[in-house]
Order: sequence, then C-alpha cells, then structure tokens
Amino acid sequence: MSILIDKKTKIIVQGFTGKFGSFHAKEMIKYGTNIVGGVTPGKGGQTHLDLPVFNTVKEAVKKTDAFCTILFVPPEFAADSAMEAADAGIKTCVAITDGIPSHDMIKIKRYMRRYSKKDKMTLIGPNCAGVISPGKSLLGIMPGHIYTQGKVGVIGRSGTLGYEAAQQMKNLNIGISTSVGIGGDPINGCSFRDILEKFEQDDQTKAILMIGEIGGPQEVAAGKFAKENMSKPVIAYIAGLTAPIGRVMGHAGAIVSAYGESAVEKVELLKECGVTISKNPSVMGETVKSVLNGKKN
Amino acid sequence: MDIHEYQAKKILSGFGINIPRGAIAYSPENAEYKAREIGGSKWVVKAQIHSGARGKAGGIIICNSKIEVAQAADKLLGKKLVTKQTGPQGKIVHRVYIEEVTDIKKELYLGLVFDRASECIMVVASTEGGMSVEEISKKKPESIIRSKIEVAVGMQRFQAREIAFGLGIDPKLISRTADAIMGCCRAFSELDATMVEINPLVISKDEHILALDCKMSFDNNALFRRSQISELRDKAQENLNEVYASDRGLNYISLEGNIGNIINGAGLAMASMDMIKLAGGEPANFLDVGGGASPEKMVKAFKLISQDEKVKVILVNIFAGINRCDWVAEGIVQALQKIEINMPLVIRLAGTNVEKGNKILKERKINYIEASTLEDAANKAVKALKELGKN
Repeated sequence: MSILIDKKTKIIVQGFTGKFGSFHAKEMIKYGTNIVGGVTPGKGGQTHLDLPVFNTVKEAVKKTDAFCTILFVPPEFAADSAMEAADAGIKTCVAITDGIPSHDMIKIKRYMRRYSKKDKMTLIGPNCAGVISPGKSLLGIMPGHIYTQGKVGVIGRSGTLGYEAAQQMKNLNIGISTSVGIGGDPINGCSFRDILEKFEQDDQTKAILMIGEIGGPQEVAAGKFAKENMSKPVIAYIAGLTAPIGRVMGHAGAIVSAYGESAVEKVELLKECGVTISKNPSVMGETVKSVLNGKKN
Repeated sequence: MDIHEYQAKKILSGFGINIPRGAIAYSPENAEYKAREIGGSKWVVKAQIHSGARGKAGGIIICNSKIEVAQAADKLLGKKLVTKQTGPQGKIVHRVYIEEVTDIKKELYLGLVFDRASECIMVVASTEGGMSVEEISKKKPESIIRSKIEVAVGMQRFQAREIAFGLGIDPKLISRTADAIMGCCRAFSELDATMVEINPLVISKDEHILALDCKMSFDNNALFRRSQISELRDKAQENLNEVYASDRGLNYISLEGNIGNIINGAGLAMASMDMIKLAGGEPANFLDVGGGASPEKMVKAFKLISQDEKVKVILVNIFAGINRCDWVAEGIVQALQKIEINMPLVIRLAGTNVEKGNKILKERKINYIEASTLEDAANKAVKALKELGKN
C-alpha cells in the first residue's frame, strides 16, 4: 500500500478550467492519476480535457463517486472551496493554493469539527506541492519522474527541497512509498505528526524522512509522537540555520518567534526524541540510506 | 505587514481603547503647533519607526515646553535610529508623534498573537508593563497570564474579566479593562491581524485605562480584503532592495554576508543558505524566485542581486520540476544578456532535463562555474570568494 492515494483513487479538480488547474490536471493524467472530472461554478455541463465539469462538488461526487479532490482555486475563494469539499463527503483534499489568510485556515478547520472522525475530510496543504505515491498516483504539481516507488515515506513543507530529497534518494536507488507536502503556511491541514501516524500504519513504508524548517511547533511535536508511538525510524532535516529571528523566510510559516522554533533548537529537540538528523541538505539521501542499512548516527 | 504606533493607536481607538491625546508631525514648526492644539504643559515626542525599544535608542523625548517639542522634533526627524530590533543599519525617522504626557499609576502588558499549536488567538498579559515580553518571561515569568481565544466565537467577557482580575485591577476599573481587552481581540479578528501589542497599557492617576504604546502587524495574505490597512504600508521603513523585490513578486530578505543567491522555492533557498554557511561563507540574501523560476523572474532576480553592493559572488541553484532546466537555462541566458555581471557566478541546475540545461549554458558561452550538487555549489561559491581575496 501507500498512504492517502493509490491507482484506483478517483479524483476531481476544483478550479479545473483555470490556467493553473488545467495545466496540472493534464500533467496528472499523463502520470496515470485517475482524474474523473472537475468543478468550476458556472461552467457545469461543459467538457474540459475530455472530462465532465460540474457546478458544485456535491454534484461531482454524486455523478463520479470521487472521494478525493485537488484545489487550484485562487486564495480569495479557496477556504470556501475546501469547506464545500468537506461538506460533499470528500475524504482527502489537497490544497495547492498559496496565499490563503490564516483566519480563513482556522475557519476551515473549525468548520470541519462538525463531522465525526470517520466522516472528516483529511486536508493536505495549503501552499504545498501535493501528494505522490510513485508509480500509482500523483495528486500535486511535482515532477513525477524524479520519484521511484519504494519503502520510504517523505513529509515536507517545501516543494523544491522535497524534489531535491527525492532526487538524492533516486540516485542512491532508494524508493518512496508516498511523499506528502504539508505546505509552508503557519496554519495547515495535516501536521507532520498526522502524516507520521499514517505512515506508521502503512505496510509499504519502512522509514520516514521529515523535511522541516524554522517556525512553529510541528516538527518537534512530531518528534515526540515518534518517540512515544512509532516503531519505524524517523530521519529529519531542518532548513533555516542562517535565518534571522523574526523574519518571514518566503513561506508564511517560516518565522522564528518563540523558543524551540529555530533550526538549531529544533535539531536538538528532535535528537532528544531519537530522530536521526541529516546534518545538511546535501546528505538527506545518504542519511536515509544509512538508517535503512541499520546504522545509527 | 507592520504599521506605525500612531496608526495602530488610531485603529484601536476605533475599537474602544482609550489613547492619550496626540497628533502626527512632519516638521519642528508643525510639532510645536500640534503641541499647542493638544494643550497641557508637558508632552512626549515619539519617533515613528517600525521598531520597538525606541526609548533606549533615544527616540522618545519628554518635553516641558512647546520650544522643547520643536527642538525634539528637530533632533529626531531625518535621524537614523538603531534599536535592538532594527539591526545595525537602523531606520530613519520621517514623522514624529506628539502626545500629552500621562501620569502613570500602573504599567501593564497586553499582547495578542496567533498560537500555532492550538490554532487560537493567544492573549498574553502581565503586571510588568514597560519591559519587552521576552524580558518579562525571563525576569518575571510568574506574572504572565495566558488566555486562549477561539476565533470562531471570539473572546467571551468572562475571559477578559479573568485577565483583568488576574492583573490585580481595582474592582471599579474591571469593566473598563475588560472592554479594552475585548476591543483588542475584535480588532485582531476583524482586521486579519497577526499581532496586537499594547506595552504599556497603563492605569493613569486619574483612573483611566490608556494604551501608551501600541504595535500591530497584519497577515500579508489577507491584505486583498483590507484595503484600508494596506494603505498604511510605509515603504520608507523597509529595506530598499526588499521593497524592489516585493513589488516584483520576489521573496527577498537582505542579510549581512557577501554570497548573493538566486533559488527557486523557499525551503530550497533556506537549505542552500545553510550549505553556504557550512562551507564557511555567509549568504548576502534570501531570494526565492518561486517554484517556476520563469525567465522574467530570473531577469528581475539578477537585477536585484547585482544592485546589492555587498555581493561578491553569485550562486544560482534551480531545481526544475515541471519547468525544465533547458527553459530555466534560456531564462538565465536572457537575464545575462540584459544585466552585466562582473563577478564569479556559480550555477547549479538539477531536475528535469539537466543535461540540456547545462549544454545551453555552455553553448551560449555563459561565463560561469558549473556545480552538480548543493554541496558542490556552496563549496565552489566559497572557493571563488576566497580566490577574489587573494587577487
């Protein structure tokens, strides 16, 4: 198995007919992703990329049986689209959109509290590269060919730094079960911890690489979770050694504002949790390899 | 986005928070006139820059006459203030705020921020006003009161009351203090703020609750729906190159080192800067041209970096995904045709069509140092820098 998506997963695209949505829908279809239609309010009934367009997510779900969606909706309307997906019974939503206000993200998460645990949508992102289960399905904007199928789970905030890791692993013949981009925003759908929990339960995954960065409590919370609840080894790299305090480093969430949020502090706290640290971004692949070979750093 | 103290005060007074009488001035004559309008016999002249800790840097002057007000304004306007928060380059004072002096009985601290762990608004209050919150948590941690506010329902009156009682406020002032705390919370939610800080919040000798100094910051992602807030942006308070970059859709932060870098993606940019540091160099900047690294963005990025006098070596690190290396290489070639670079240039391309990309750079006779990995790129940039030093 893999987590979140596989070959059979039926997927709809919200913001389907827009420039960005269309471009990446084509790329995903090329990869083999099972896209069954899309939603653009007001364009229902039309056909786009030989697939049906619907006005509402409910209608799309009813006609296609999709339970997974990817969001390319502009930031002004993205929160509304995510809540519409949650209400239509979608199980997994990947939000690619960059620039959603923090207040809107909180609103989405509070809105979803009305659903029981088993009916609640899993929100990935926003401001992320998406999810890929190599060889099975691509639900995002990453270049599929740099990922090979295998047994390492990857969780990261950044797009291109995640590609860097995938490439390093590919060069060392290390495959990936699923790679999940949780996004660079301060308030996001799934945290590192949430995804670790899924990887722990996945048979295909034998080890997990976390690619974190400065800002926020999530990396350390994930380390604590791993220490207490996981049998599989966790490897981590934290970016932002040179980042000045109090400045936003590109990602809205990459800002050091409290103790434990700088790269040095996170690395120390993660080590205490038994997480193996990749000492620099050039050796993420090698560090994973040494852990897979049973070596302790 | 940060705003000035006087702007934050004006906003908060609209939410029911009392502020001392005051006015903004742009010249000494203007300052004296404003003091006369405000009335009284004692004023404080406050430099308006985007930074706290202005008092210790000489940016706040108490005046006992209107002449002194004019003199204080004369001293501050156009002056570069270096505070703990501005960094060594400081910030220039272009406006001063003249305010009546308040007779203080008690100084309190009140701050509101997003708490990322609980995804709530966190109210932090303390009886130790006047100190920074970092200082308070070091020196008097027991004085800190915290209260979590659920954004969807807003602050409840009992929560505000609990904070006010916790601060040891006189029972007859509890209601007014609670009003002020709730006003801050409403301002935070209704204006997409990311930080509201009143330090100090004071109880005056005549028993009023007043915001003596305020700071507010706002969510850049929400400015599209807060036009009145975005109008308050003061670009004169920002680094020139950073303004140039943000106006052109680039994520840029100026730093102290001398290796300039151009990278696609925020995470990869931070990682590349880490590698520069580990190789023994110092990055001159953080620059994320966006995941796509389009030719237009590359031109703008090279222009920006070449404007920075600190930069002695440029490192370009692009990981091409859906955008291919050959396309990125064309973008670099175009940029270098438009902008002359007279310093060592290290380029590392990776990802889709990397061979084609490197071939284009060679065929077009770009004068550059090719690097294969992140580590290689950082090492070569630092080596190039050291060789410059020898000559």
